[in-house]
Amino acid sequence: MSEERRVAISTREAFGKAILELGASVKDLVVLDGDISRSTYTVEFSRRFPDRHINVGVAEQNQMGVAAGLALVGYKPIVASYAVFASMRALEQVRTSICYPKLNVVIAASHGGLTPGNDGVTHQAIEDLGIMRTLPNMTVIAPADGVSLKPLLEQAISIDGPVYIRLTRDPVPIIYDENDEFQIGKAKQLKKGDDVTLIAIGDMVQWALKAHDLLLEEGVTSRVIDMHTIKPLDSEAVIIAARETGAIVTIEDHNTYGGLGSAVAEVLTLEHPVPQGRIALWDTFAESGPYEKLLDKYGMGTDHIVKAVHDVIKRKGSW
Amino acid sequence: MTPQRRELLETLKLRARQVRDRILRMVYAANSGHCGGSLSAADIVTALYFHIMRINPQDPNWPDRDRFILSKGHSCPVVYAALALKGYFPEEELSTLRAIDSRLQGHPDMRKTPGLDATTGSLGQGLSLGVGMALGAKIGGKGYRVYVLMGDGEVNEGQVWEAAACAAKYRLDNLIGIVDVNGLQNDGPTDEIMPMQPLAEKWRAFGWNVLEIDGHDMEQIVNALESAKDNNQGKPTVIIARTVKGKGVSFMENVVEWHSGAPTDAELEQALAEIWSGR
Repeated sequence: MSEERRVAISTREAFGKAILELGASVKDLVVLDGDISRSTYTVEFSRRFPDRHINVGVAEQNQMGVAAGLALVGYKPIVASYAVFASMRALEQVRTSICYPKLNVVIAASHGGLTPGNDGVTHQAIEDLGIMRTLPNMTVIAPADGVSLKPLLEQAISIDGPVYIRLTRDPVPIIYDENDEFQIGKAKQLKKGDDVTLIAIGDMVQWALKAHDLLLEEGVTSRVIDMHTIKPLDSEAVIIAARETGAIVTIEDHNTYGGLGSAVAEVLTLEHPVPQGRIALWDTFAESGPYEKLLDKYGMGTDHIVKAVHDVIKRKGSW
Repeated sequence: MTPQRRELLETLKLRARQVRDRILRMVYAANSGHCGGSLSAADIVTALYFHIMRINPQDPNWPDRDRFILSKGHSCPVVYAALALKGYFPEEELSTLRAIDSRLQGHPDMRKTPGLDATTGSLGQGLSLGVGMALGAKIGGKGYRVYVLMGDGEVNEGQVWEAAACAAKYRLDNLIGIVDVNGLQNDGPTDEIMPMQPLAEKWRAFGWNVLEIDGHDMEQIVNALESAKDNNQGKPTVIIARTVKGKGVSFMENVVEWHSGAPTDAELEQALAEIWSGR
């Protein structure tokens, strides 16, 4: 079983496999691509289901509108694009043509965060989660690995209203078992711990797990939560974590404004204020380079997570 | 012309007067809204709703119905008037245009207004929706047609041309675009603000079948729409309709300031008199 058992796979590649299965079982599923079908892994779908694969060329605004039109006549469209284009080039089309009438369109946005490292800033979406989160009716998710992607995608195409799914360009380790259950809007606890909670999303979940192990060596127990759905956020999981561990560090491959750190802070300030540390890009564009080196250079590596935990635990006493 | 044809055209012309009447009254009641582009499109919209489209006001969500997308969404008074006159909702409701709790939003909201097939109002987005709907018909083997009404200022938007290329690629002969060429956009004459002529040649170059008509001559409108509807040649059709912004009301005709704004009591009285006196 080979492929599924691979240690690491990008969530975009897992997406390409998932839509092959879904295409066979969901007859009204259609996939729209914008001249990047090898990158978004919809190319195999286009061979298998040529009548249900629409390639609109390099024209993302039209791509969103065509998807909306298909949804309006009863299809279940998946728009495959890059996160920068889906969330910014075609933002107003997403807002007005899709979110306002609350259409069942799934937007699969690859190249999230710094995962397209070498491509550089033009292709690194560090704003998309924040932007998409501000749109009424929109659900926003970012699966942590290739296993969780599939059930989350299946739910995305069946729930009422639009869903934005952020995918990784680079491989991420498989952290889940195929029997694990997932629910959009319900966070997944990966590790138990009492001293602090690490809330991570997407490709950063792997680094949160690594930080957990390093912290354990120091005797610090950290709860690790995969917040695969940033909207609607699982507020309950955040409140319980705040109450039980007294400190939180949010970890995201995104600008510090508007993303997971903001979403968690919104809950904490209202419900249960505790010290919060934030791992994110600190309001800067990054640059070309290997993914992991970029994380290290821009303050998002495992060592930075560990340091953020030390800092936030120190602040516990002063609250 | 057969007597039946003559009668049809006379009936449609009467309907168009009613539509114009309701446009003016609802914008007056709302004390805001867009008269100019609603009046320029009134004859086209009347022909679509009262003759061309296969629709059923008793079953607004009938899956096989023809679709209409008002891409120039600010002109929604013309569509609200047609929908009310068709019986999609009570005529009295027209006076709630733009009011709080109304089903008639300032720009079309398909979730609120019975009979609307699309939510529009941000210019340039409607043709893409039409492409998606027409593609859906092709994929599913359905026979419905999709009509998209655009403005001549609206076609400044790049997305219109992305959609135009896409419609030609997918040979969407079930898609009919109509451009309401009233010659004025928000800030002034289209030739000054952003010249798009020769428009027919542009659409032809994008692979469309092009028809050019007088958008206030009911016979030409009906002939063009019927010909577009029955086109099975693997090409989408666009009807370039030359119109007059504010058509039917002397003081609104070709006056850029009447793009939006409501008539006063005296202006409404004069406007209605002109609509019914048959200028």
